[in-house]
Amino acid sequence: MAARRLFSTRRRASGGGAYGAAELRNPERELARFRTRLAVAFGVVLIAFAALIGRFAYLQVARHDHFRTLAETNRIAIVPIAPNRGVITDRNGVVLAQSFSAYTLELQPSRLSDLDATIDALAGLVEITPRDRKRFRKLFEESKNFESLPIRTRLSDEEVARFAANRYRFPGVEIKARLFRSYPFGEVASHVIGYIGRITDRDLVRIASWDESADYKGTDTIGKVGVELTYERELHGTTGIEEVEVDAAGRAVRTLSRTPPVSGDNLRLSIDINLQAAAEAAFGARRGALVAIEPASGDVLAFVSKPGYDPNLFVEGIDPASWQELNESPDKPLLNRPLRGAYPPGSTIKPFLALGALASGRRTPTQAFADPGYFQLAGSSHRFRDDKKGGHGIVDMTKAIVVSCDTYFYLLANDTDVDDNWRFMSSLGFGHRTGIDIEGELAGVLPSREWKRQRFAGPQYREEHRKWYLGDSISAGIGQGYTAFTPVQLAHAIATIANDGVAFRPHLVQRIEDARTREVRLVEREPAYTLAVKPGHLDVIRKALVQVNREGTGATAFRGAAYASGGKTGTAQVFSLKGEEYRAHKIDERLRDHAWFIAYAPADRPAIAVAVLVENGGFGAKAAAPIARQVFDYYLLGLKAAGPAPMFEGPLPDDEDASD
Amino acid sequence: MAGFRNADVVVRLWEVLVRRIDRPLFAIAMVIVGAGLVTLFSAADQSAARVTNQGVSLVVALTAMWVIANIPPQTLARAALPLYAAGVVMLVGVALFGVVVNGSRRWLDLGLVRFQPSELMKIALPLMLAWYFQKREGRIGWADFVLAAVLIAVPAYLVKRQPDLGTSLLLSASGFYVLFLAGLSWKLIVGLAAAGAAAGPFLWSQLHDYQRQRVLTFIDPSTDPLGAGYHTAQASIAIGSGGVVGKGWLNGTQAHLDFLPEKHTDFIFAVFGEEFGLIGNVLLVVLYLALIARAMMIASNASTLFARLIAGAVTLMLFTYAFVNMGMVSGILPVVGVPLPFVSYGGTAMVSLFIGIGILMSVQAHRKLVTT
Repeated sequence: MAARRLFSTRRRASGGGAYGAAELRNPERELARFRTRLAVAFGVVLIAFAALIGRFAYLQVARHDHFRTLAETNRIAIVPIAPNRGVITDRNGVVLAQSFSAYTLELQPSRLSDLDATIDALAGLVEITPRDRKRFRKLFEESKNFESLPIRTRLSDEEVARFAANRYRFPGVEIKARLFRSYPFGEVASHVIGYIGRITDRDLVRIASWDESADYKGTDTIGKVGVELTYERELHGTTGIEEVEVDAAGRAVRTLSRTPPVSGDNLRLSIDINLQAAAEAAFGARRGALVAIEPASGDVLAFVSKPGYDPNLFVEGIDPASWQELNESPDKPLLNRPLRGAYPPGSTIKPFLALGALASGRRTPTQAFADPGYFQLAGSSHRFRDDKKGGHGIVDMTKAIVVSCDTYFYLLANDTDVDDNWRFMSSLGFGHRTGIDIEGELAGVLPSREWKRQRFAGPQYREEHRKWYLGDSISAGIGQGYTAFTPVQLAHAIATIANDGVAFRPHLVQRIEDARTREVRLVEREPAYTLAVKPGHLDVIRKALVQVNREGTGATAFRGAAYASGGKTGTAQVFSLKGEEYRAHKIDERLRDHAWFIAYAPADRPAIAVAVLVENGGFGAKAAAPIARQVFDYYLLGLKAAGPAPMFEGPLPDDEDASD
Repeated sequence: MAGFRNADVVVRLWEVLVRRIDRPLFAIAMVIVGAGLVTLFSAADQSAARVTNQGVSLVVALTAMWVIANIPPQTLARAALPLYAAGVVMLVGVALFGVVVNGSRRWLDLGLVRFQPSELMKIALPLMLAWYFQKREGRIGWADFVLAAVLIAVPAYLVKRQPDLGTSLLLSASGFYVLFLAGLSWKLIVGLAAAGAAAGPFLWSQLHDYQRQRVLTFIDPSTDPLGAGYHTAQASIAIGSGGVVGKGWLNGTQAHLDFLPEKHTDFIFAVFGEEFGLIGNVLLVVLYLALIARAMMIASNASTLFARLIAGAVTLMLFTYAFVNMGMVSGILPVVGVPLPFVSYGGTAMVSLFIGIGILMSVQAHRKLVTT
């Protein structure tokens, strides 16, 4: 090294000529200084590279686990796969509700700068109706920050393709495959089946209260009412999991592992959809309820609440206009009348009270009274009137039921204790829930001393409000006053009578089928209880009921029927006339009496029992009984009615009660 | 006879081709280039087109290297003043008529091609300074350093106002290296550093928002994990998750699932680090160190002041690029747009780098010919 340096310096010094001999050492010193500087620089390079390697070691060794985890979470996304919701069929396997997969166009508003402009631009590619916009608006207002919301559902293949080609123009807009629910029968049986809707905060609370198997990560709809609500856990199924590798934009690149979802259980209802449709058709434009039960099993064959609604409207999120219409209609289409409508039973209560009197020994079948046309309590001038001026003459139990004689039952109420009545009526299912398998059932009111005490317990009531009066018993004796039953309760009770006192818990779901194993679970095959009455007593009541339809208040509706049937009409007072005579045409239609009819057929081996209620229908014989006739004709004989059941006009022979 | 003559021609042609080529320097550079192409294939999602393009750039760059290597340093020195003058004129031109790309006025539209004069300046400035000190050899005083500072400041300022702070700093660095090697007094260097530190707050106020943001994000990347800090954070994840042996070539999840930004250009080192791990990183650093060591030997043995200075400056610039890039990708330096030498995708950088290698080779090849 030294030699070379010397050499090169000399060469330059001797040959350069530019500098004098005196400057000979100068370049050498400069070279030395340059090399020193270079050495310093090299030192800096070494330090810098050492620092880099130190940094690499820190990242790749010391914190390797941390960064490996981060890279994995970057890379892997757990994608839930929504299970297929169970299919709901009627008792014969006709599909009433099923899921299908469809493409939806979804927006993530948080990623869009101008929502309206985006929707306008999308409208150029796929059809977006004003209704879609309104519905989206509503969803948007209810949504949380980063939710993806559907603007259009059920895209056609062509629309999917058209959007896919323009996808790059719409960040924050995606096409997703989602499961939808379709209810092919629309309004028919809507109150039985119910519907599903988007999961709300309230639903989330409910889900949180279930055990950990309730995984709704991939699901965005849940049962809201009806069977869809009550059997949510069975219908939902088990969410699957897919581990996918995603890129930075969150797009799935490939699947790493997959646990398939397990479809929800299929439900077979006890409803016969054809009978259901026939029953609904029989109502025509009438509002009301009908519950038909197979007495020997408790199967609910038809469950009508009129008017109904189209459950399909709710699946994709209902638009505000339709919602308002349903919600604010005076006809209350969303009200489940059989379940949640508690109406005074009127005269339909009579056969049950009579049975109770036989059971308790307060009356014998042949015990007869002279009916003056009214009943008067001792020491009171108030007359509890019969509907027939002058009375029905001599009346025994059978006649009292057949002609629906009020005076007989005023007397009966006078002779029995309200609490004894309560005990017997309670055993028939009144005053508490029958346990039918959809949520929201009302208990109705079966009054007793205790009940009145509790009902008027508040400090705003005085002691005399809480006291039970004999007058209360007299009103209750003809199914008025405080008494209120639901159609489900009355159908259950008449079915129990028809079934020799053997009661089943009424149920809408007959069996639950595991979609994978095909294993079937039956619902409720065993009787719930047996009435504590003698068979002979039941026979008395049933004979009277059969007579009602042969020659009594139900005779007009059942004239010419090819089967014998038992029935009882009833009229439930909506509006107290305070002693004035009832003139149907004089008062507002919505204050008119509700018409009741309970019945079963055939009389000897009952296959079907019904309770029919027609709101503001007037006399049960006129408005409600013809509906029961059509339902029986269809169910027993397969006769299809040409139109809605007739409404008989004018007074009928042996017209029934317009009590008090 | 003819065969013999043909062979003779081939031998002589080969001789001409390799005469000025410094084999150790060339070999090391080509190993790094090879590693770069391999990494690029992965970083570009196995796109052969990118690699082919880079290959074409490489051919151009090697040609430029060969041409420069065959030009004696004295000739290069003569080109210094014209190149520098042209560079400054063009930078002024950029300021007046430049094309704006991504908010910065960096490009000059020359009809057929767009040209970035700051790239030219990266070579012209050290050439100019080396040439100047050579002219003043033996008489270099403080006034020369002041003039040199002005020569640096003019292009650095013009580039900074484009705005392109990163390149401006790199330009200043290349000028400073010449001054440092030319013997700028230690007192002055320490004084300058102190003055720089004191002027920090003032400089901070002169920065653009995005520049400040970069510095802030560098200090704490977590303040903006999805914005400016995203690059750094994802690059750290890539490198860190690579571990000691790496995930293997083409297996980097960060790279292939698009979590890494600029993964085939400025951030290609993250791909390298993810796939080849600590072992790969250390090897790469050692390769750069070898390249720098060889270049320093060349500078050390250069026969003229100009040759020494330019060779030394080119060497330190190579180091600077490598260090700044790897430092920024691994998160110990703020993000500035510096490619990884010989590895990052990009023709201009490749050609510039091989021109630098060419200069080193020229210095090495012509070290004994000064007397002629």
